[in-house]
Amino acid sequence: MENSTDETAALESAFQARLDADETIEPRDWMPDRYRKQLVRMISQHAHSEVVGMLPEGNWITRAPSLRRKTGLLAKVQDEAGHGLYLYGAAETLGTSREEMIAQVLGGSAKYSSIFNYPTLSWADVGAIGWLVDGAAIVNQTTLAKTSYGPYARAMLRICAEENFHKRQGFEILASLATGTPGQRAMAQDAVDRWWWPTLMMFGPPDVASPNSAELMRWKVKPKSNDELRQRFVDLTVPQAKAIGLTIPDPDLAWDDESSHWRFGKIDWDEFWLVVRGNGPMNRERLRARREAHEGGRWVREAAEAYDAKQRARKAVA
Amino acid sequence: MSTPTSADTQGPLWEVFVQEEGGAAHVHAGSVHAPDREMALQNARDVYARRGRVASLWVVESDSIAATAPADRASFFESAFDKIYRHPQFYKVPRGIRGL
Repeated sequence: MENSTDETAALESAFQARLDADETIEPRDWMPDRYRKQLVRMISQHAHSEVVGMLPEGNWITRAPSLRRKTGLLAKVQDEAGHGLYLYGAAETLGTSREEMIAQVLGGSAKYSSIFNYPTLSWADVGAIGWLVDGAAIVNQTTLAKTSYGPYARAMLRICAEENFHKRQGFEILASLATGTPGQRAMAQDAVDRWWWPTLMMFGPPDVASPNSAELMRWKVKPKSNDELRQRFVDLTVPQAKAIGLTIPDPDLAWDDESSHWRFGKIDWDEFWLVVRGNGPMNRERLRARREAHEGGRWVREAAEAYDAKQRARKAVA
Repeated sequence: MSTPTSADTQGPLWEVFVQEEGGAAHVHAGSVHAPDREMALQNARDVYARRGRVASLWVVESDSIAATAPADRASFFESAFDKIYRHPQFYKVPRGIRGL
């Protein structure tokens, strides 16, 4: 007993030394159980978010205002499916099966980004999601591309390369509306008013209230803290809003010369926890749609399986 | 043939290798699930080749891959580390000679 505890301690310190030397951890390497568990939690949540994220935007594909907008949105939603698959693949390298992860979503026990529990009420929301939500995701994912777990980092690199298109198509939608009729302008501003604060919440609770952060940073899973990333997003986004004449709905927003950062107002964390705990405006609807999509695809999976069985049987006879 | 079971599986796992342009090596890109190799190729195309930059794809069932174990690195690759005479720097060349 004593011996195995010593052994684990030695393995753990060797593991931390590898991280401190900026080495990458690969699937077959030794890792503490908790590192594995935390990564499965993070990567699968990230994968679920990509897939659930298709729902609010998919809602607008048939009503996109032009063919140009429709092809762009379709391609973006397809990308989100692809990103979900990269990430499920990365999580699977840690020994959790795809079936298990999907069952957790459908059963309601898995979390995904709270942002997708808000409704897309107008076409401008599609622009706001691309610009703000994907913009926030890029800030987060660019740092995660340097995460210590190899398969996660490589999935992030692929995703980041594709996300820039999402952000730009969103910004173009809002910029067009912002220079359109007074009605279109109001629609754009309304979308920004509704999406701004939930987007800031995407980075997670403040560092002082984020229980996992210290450990994840020590393991170099998370290279930057929630508050650092949130600040970076605000600094990047405020000038972009100004450039197209849209107002950020925060009366406390002010440039701070001393720190060279935009200071922003208080985030309503009660709202955040309400949505995380399943009581946001769209939590139930998202889960219903996800289950319906899974059931709707069942016959396809069964047909593919039957076809493969038939081919094998034929080969066996021949 | 009996009807398929309703286990609702995602099918076996396949590793995907992408060659970005003719002449380049196929490089591991990630994995997909699919019931057979044809669908594995189609899924690999949809997931890992959505934006040009692809000349060819390989898929191989993940179970078919053999890999070295990290713990065996030192012993398994020993001979790669201690044979310095396999490197050009091992051999001395008089000063002033070019093209060697």
